Amino acid sequence: MNDKDIQSRIIAIIQSIAPELEAGTLRADQSLRRQVDLDSMDWLNVLLAIHDQLHVEIPEADYGKLRTLNELVAYVELKLGAQA
Amino acid sequence: MLEFKLPSLGADMDEGKLLEWRVKPGEAVKRGQVVAVVDTSKAAVDVEIWQEGTIFEQLVAIGATVPVGTVLATLLEPGEDAETAARHAATPKPTPESPVQAVAVSAPPAPSPPPPGQRKAVSPAARARARELDIDVDAIDGTGPHGAITLDDVVRTSAQRVAAAVPADRATEMRKAIGAAMSRSKREIPHYYLAETIPMARAAAWLASANEQRPITARLLMGVLQLKAVAQALAQVPELNGFWRDNAFQAAEGVHIGVAIAMRRGGLIAPALHDVATKSLDQLMRELTDLVTRARAGSLRSSEMSDPTITVTNLGEQGTESVFGVIYPPQVALVGFGRMDTRPWIENGLPCAVPLVTASLAADHRASDGHSGARFLIELRERLQHPEEL
Repeated sequence: MNDKDIQSRIIAIIQSIAPELEAGTLRADQSLRRQVDLDSMDWLNVLLAIHDQLHVEIPEADYGKLRTLNELVAYVELKLGAQA
Repeated sequence: MLEFKLPSLGADMDEGKLLEWRVKPGEAVKRGQVVAVVDTSKAAVDVEIWQEGTIFEQLVAIGATVPVGTVLATLLEPGEDAETAARHAATPKPTPESPVQAVAVSAPPAPSPPPPGQRKAVSPAARARARELDIDVDAIDGTGPHGAITLDDVVRTSAQRVAAAVPADRATEMRKAIGAAMSRSKREIPHYYLAETIPMARAAAWLASANEQRPITARLLMGVLQLKAVAQALAQVPELNGFWRDNAFQAAEGVHIGVAIAMRRGGLIAPALHDVATKSLDQLMRELTDLVTRARAGSLRSSEMSDPTITVTNLGEQGTESVFGVIYPPQVALVGFGRMDTRPWIENGLPCAVPLVTASLAADHRASDGHSGARFLIELRERLQHPEEL
């Protein structure tokens, strides 16, 4: 899975929680949670879906590194690479 | 004979539209069973029954909008038999305070004329209901003996029409309902407001360490600790937990917190998380997750709509530093949590950087005073310094 695949999987996950999100309007280099209005439960649900579908578990201590979509995609890619 | 009436599902509900029956005449029902689905301006709600018996007759057809208090169905009491009940039923049926109205629907399907010389059999109840609902009995197919049209056929036809008509503008309706309830609150409730800054370093450290040892599927949110702390603090200040009814305060027995949940398309709903004081954090987390999911999917239960004894609104990480709420009548208090932020704080005479949260209380001055309100917020602050006891 390359970074484009990971990005589209993650966007699909976010859309399952925020159905009103239009993928084209999301700025990948700006705060994801602010743009999509994800509260802490929505965010946990995003991470649970990433865990279920991509098999990457994100510890709470790493939340601070995952501000933007770019950062989230890079993080998941790195973890998947480490697993391979 | 028992009557099952349309309950009030909150201060902003005057009427409801019956969307679905979940039981049939002749079916035995238990306390707490979901028997109908009713649309309020905010959401479709699964309505529970709190009586035991056997459904005898359904008096309101699917699609009808009726006022709160309308008898939706009659039930046979345990031990009562249908024949006695039938004699009762021969007497005039209970009628709602205002006439049952069918919702605005598209024009009924064009009637196909019955074959000459052959009229369909229609049961009297079906004919009466069809007249009420403006349904042409000749245009529907009967499923009774020899193609007779039964009450069920009429009701089903009505439901099909309603299903087509339902996607009303939920957001507009919800805005109106919130507006009506909040106007009433501001008109009738003499609010007073208090706020307290609460250091959250201990709670945050406890939560981080608890979550570190948990799989992601069992992770807790700070909001759950806050809810539990509110419930524990209310035990010390019961005059904030209950209802203002008939010019008097009625303390509630359990703490059922109405959790304000923002709907993604605008508006909010605050269904009850039941018995918060007596449940573990893990159980509360599971129930909160389920409640939020169901609230957003439009699948709440009537008890969740009518039971909250106090409301908690948590603006969370995307929110502002503080929030001062409007009380949801007939409740007498609302607790607000702002965004948790690391800010300067003095501890043991030294400045340090500490995660802080501003908790606020909006309370009804008819039921309590600032003194008890302050006791509550101080108790809440103390509870959050001992997260291991939550």
